[in-house]
Amino acid sequence: MDLSRDDLLGVYRRMRTIRAFEEKLQELVAAGKVGGFMHLYVGEEAVAVGVCTHLGDADYVGSTHRGHGHCIAKGVDVKAMIAELLARRTGTNRGKGGSMHIADVDKGMLGANGIVGGGIPLVTGAALSAQVLGKPNVAVGFFGDGATNQGQFHESLTMASNWGLPAVYVCENNGFGEFTPTEFAVPVKDIADRAAAYGMRAEIADGMDFFDVYEKAGRAIELARRGEGPTLLECKTYRFAGHYVGDPTPYRNKEEVEDWIQNRDPLDLFESKATEAGVLAADDLRTVDGEVDQLLREAVAEAEQAPKPEPADVLTDVYVRY
Amino acid sequence: MARQLHTGGAINEAIAIAMRSDPSVILMGEDVAGGGDRSKEGTEEMGGVLGTTRGLVGEFGMNRVRDTPIAEMGLLGTAVGAAATGLRPIAELMFMDFLGTCLDPLLNQAAKLRYMFGGKAKVPLTVRTVSGAGMQAAAQHSQSLYWMTTGIPGLKTVIPSSPSEAKGLLLASIRDDDPVIFCEAKGILNQVEDVPEGDYEIPLGEARVVREGSDVSLVGFGATVRVALEAAAALAGAGTSAEVLDLRSLSPLDEEAVLGSLEKTGRMVIVDESTPRCSVARDIAALCVDRGFDFLNAPVKCVTAPHTPVPFSGVLEQAFLPSAQDVLDAVGEMG
Repeated sequence: MDLSRDDLLGVYRRMRTIRAFEEKLQELVAAGKVGGFMHLYVGEEAVAVGVCTHLGDADYVGSTHRGHGHCIAKGVDVKAMIAELLARRTGTNRGKGGSMHIADVDKGMLGANGIVGGGIPLVTGAALSAQVLGKPNVAVGFFGDGATNQGQFHESLTMASNWGLPAVYVCENNGFGEFTPTEFAVPVKDIADRAAAYGMRAEIADGMDFFDVYEKAGRAIELARRGEGPTLLECKTYRFAGHYVGDPTPYRNKEEVEDWIQNRDPLDLFESKATEAGVLAADDLRTVDGEVDQLLREAVAEAEQAPKPEPADVLTDVYVRY
Repeated sequence: MARQLHTGGAINEAIAIAMRSDPSVILMGEDVAGGGDRSKEGTEEMGGVLGTTRGLVGEFGMNRVRDTPIAEMGLLGTAVGAAATGLRPIAELMFMDFLGTCLDPLLNQAAKLRYMFGGKAKVPLTVRTVSGAGMQAAAQHSQSLYWMTTGIPGLKTVIPSSPSEAKGLLLASIRDDDPVIFCEAKGILNQVEDVPEGDYEIPLGEARVVREGSDVSLVGFGATVRVALEAAAALAGAGTSAEVLDLRSLSPLDEEAVLGSLEKTGRMVIVDESTPRCSVARDIAALCVDRGFDFLNAPVKCVTAPHTPVPFSGVLEQAFLPSAQDVLDAVGEMG
């Protein structure tokens, strides 16, 4: 393993932050403090963190409506994220984006995206920028199994393969496109099978296992950086929560959900592997848990005190100049 | 020094100047080089379906002049992503009708990234597209859909009326930090005129008085400026002094120039080759009523295409397009 003890603590901190962030958000929604549509990343933490641990600020990621995890994994400021979801002027997007558009371009985070598949061509363009300008950066697109039915997926992967772009396409196959099981909507066994249509490399990772995602994403990202073109990486994962906050999930079998939560939780899997290897102790992780909880408590308290946008702000930021 | 160029030549020259002056400018689209394999002897590139971009791949190479697959959504979406991450792409959407295949990257991404991100991003993208009727290209290759892009906040929409205007407006569009839809109206593509050499920009959002007049204002843009000028010449013969205003850009719109001309003449005709419902013509008519009511000495007239698809037959296509006679009729109805 090429990860140091400090690296692993950082990995755990980001996975735990995503989990605690989403749980805090559910509380805030229940308390009526957060409005709008909210899609939680709980259960999929190992994917975002397994991939983004290989990336720097100058590498780009494109995201989905389920984007909080990608932001945190990419290093976006958690306090500014909470402020955004509480619709404050101090938020990442100054209160103009909210959950489905949360972004920080300076951190290489090209935005959550309210359009299924909408982020895929954007990261393809970011990869094109790197190639044209001769920069050593890569662009990673996260999207769900449902997005692979969109034309934007097909057209983007075609172009990326034609041009050998430094891109990695990460499909988070969580088993459901909104409420419909993937096998009803996708006519191939594995999403990875679709790569053959683009002459593209493909890999399948266990999306609940940080170490498996980390290894396979690392290989794909390294190849992209070396100029050896794009990869489609399918991560098999599971959405612990519903499609959106408030989704009653009648379409899922309760035993199936419980089985994933009890036996396949990515944080539990990480903890057992890291502690069994003797690299981290359970106490180390509980310390991190406490620090993360503290950070989120502070984030909410500060955001609640932060100013809301002024009505006149509705008119700004439409154009650079008009 | 000016020399005679047709509109395509002026556009080609503007792209070359922009690419020489800024290494982040790239050109991408279907067949913008045209042919793909530059290594095969005895072959030449097409330079686009109308030959507008011929020669650019030879000067700038395949890294900066990119043939894309015939996949408009991927083309425009990728161009938006590239624009948000350090490039200044010129993307060619072969015909404006093809917006039907690729609206999302413009409507939901390019137009909104800056706003959604609280001003922390910019999308310096230019989408060049051929609009309008006049080539018997029928219903799916002849539409003037600038009313649609004009109605989307976050996008700018520019439509030049001649070769020299096209060159200056395209240079300004490429260097603009916002996404610009640049419409090349079929009705001006074969026009030839003196075009200044060298690098010059025409600012976006400033209309131009093409012909001074005092009795009636004829507002046009793109191909309808020539229609308005023909009508103005005929009106002059009948003793009516018509002013012709070229809007140049539909968003931003030079409202003061429209109202200034109306104040001077008291009568307004807008000539627009798109269909009438929710059109630029009706939008400007509403502006005249809303902010220029006290200047009006007659009802505002809109001369537009009818509410139909664009027909194939030359007879029908001419009946579809607004003509100088239609403008004269409208002026006649005003009394």
